[in-house]
Amino acid sequence: MRLQRLAETARPAIAFTLDGQPATALAGDTLLTAILANADHVRRSEFDGGNRAGFCWMGACQDCWVNVEGAGRQRACTTYLQPDMRIVRP
Amino acid sequence: MSDVAIIGAGPAGTRAAEVLVRAGLRPVVIDEAPDNGGRIYQRPPGGFTRSAKTLYGFEAAKARALHAAFDALRPHVDFRPDTLVWNIRPHRLFTMRAGDTGEIPFDQALLCTGAMDRVIPLPGWTLPGVTSLGGSQVALKAQGCAIGRRVAFLGTGPLLWLVAYQYAKAGAIVAAVIDTTPFATKLRATPALLRGRATFAKGLYYIAWLRAHRVPILEGATPLAIEGDGAVRALRIRTRRGEQRIACDAVALGWGLKPETQLADLADVPFAFDPAQRGFLPKRDATGATPIPGIFLAGDGAQIGGADVAELAGARSAWAILAARNLPLDHAEIARLDAALARHAAFRVALDRAFPFPASLAVAMPDETVLCRCESITAGEMRAAARADATLPAPEVNRAKALTRIGMGRCQGRLCGPPAAEILAATLACPLESVGRLRGQPPVKPIPVLSRGLEQPR
Repeated sequence: MRLQRLAETARPAIAFTLDGQPATALAGDTLLTAILANADHVRRSEFDGGNRAGFCWMGACQDCWVNVEGAGRQRACTTYLQPDMRIVRP
Repeated sequence: MSDVAIIGAGPAGTRAAEVLVRAGLRPVVIDEAPDNGGRIYQRPPGGFTRSAKTLYGFEAAKARALHAAFDALRPHVDFRPDTLVWNIRPHRLFTMRAGDTGEIPFDQALLCTGAMDRVIPLPGWTLPGVTSLGGSQVALKAQGCAIGRRVAFLGTGPLLWLVAYQYAKAGAIVAAVIDTTPFATKLRATPALLRGRATFAKGLYYIAWLRAHRVPILEGATPLAIEGDGAVRALRIRTRRGEQRIACDAVALGWGLKPETQLADLADVPFAFDPAQRGFLPKRDATGATPIPGIFLAGDGAQIGGADVAELAGARSAWAILAARNLPLDHAEIARLDAALARHAAFRVALDRAFPFPASLAVAMPDETVLCRCESITAGEMRAAARADATLPAPEVNRAKALTRIGMGRCQGRLCGPPAAEILAATLACPLESVGRLRGQPPVKPIPVLSRGLEQPR
């Protein structure tokens, strides 16, 4: 899955790392948007090993939790990206 | 100190706060999101530049009015954004904000907790690229993104057509709109739907626009599976003409909305089965008052009615709170609200008939379908547990939860609850209401175990 940016693309870029690799997204992106603009999934299911990329985008399904170094587990769809965040996908 | 708490700063919460502030109160207004508006009138983050017209379409004037109303209220309410209410006990809310827990005492609490998509799992629905209909709309509205390059929209209800239209209008490729409701069902409901003139006309406009732009539309179709290995490749459906494979890299699906009733449950509000919604709803009277003193409900969190109803119901409940506090009432205004709410209720009945929840799809779900996406529990495991349990007295969803862990995952049955109940009832060959509903448990959403200041709630 790759998100397609259709609008609001003139926002400033923000640098972060995803699993240790440098990546960029835009100011105002949630972690979910930032990850899916750079990668095809957000986490791996601990039960079936399948790739997941969130589902509800509104903090209800709880299927997009990721780890942020120094901040612990964060729900990607309701957490905004901050410069130099180090996101690690479970 | 304030002693009225409003949970949710969407259409219902905003209009309720307005009435309370005008009466001289200073309510606490709590929202899990960083800003007001709820999901329907969600405000994009700072730095986004699209106009209200682009974001909210026909509802732009209503969105602007609601945002302006809330902005005017800010100095007069105790607004707590980014704050989750994770439990509620008599006259006390338990909150979490940025890892810090807190408590808010209240005399009256108005729960305006909103709704989420009602979904029917199908094989492949956990693949990256599959979102709820509401989720696909949030992606576009609040993040300026489409969930893929070629998106199929699947389900039923007004939101299906609205989001497909919004995607096409924003420049995304809409692979197809697949409505599981047959055209004839909608046609039968048309005379009654005409009561909601404006809403009905908007729905027709979206459908006509999609047809005029040659978006493939399939009505009365049965979804079979979302195909792909690690990513969505196609949506397979069956129509009267046979099986069809729709190439796409993303699927948005939803069959109407369901209220977020967890806090009402934890507040001990009794629930009653609603045959039209095929689910249990918290009990409240026409003013929004529940049988539990001090607990009031308004908006989609109590019963799905849409944003216009939420605004009216929020205001109406605020008057009920003022009545409970023996404050002066404006009876003409209350009568106006009651009349408007009654008009909307008639339209709602027609909508439910036009877009019925296709319980048969849930019942026919193949055994291998992942029913609970939190813990990868299949429909087959649910059926096996139902059969094993059939000799025990009163088989119901909470026993099924104990046996299968359905509803025990992180989402607490928000997604799997309704289809699991349908499967259980069908397997046991008993009425849906007899399998009951999943009991709520605090916290209503996951909170860190090492939260600062966390005490055992009484």
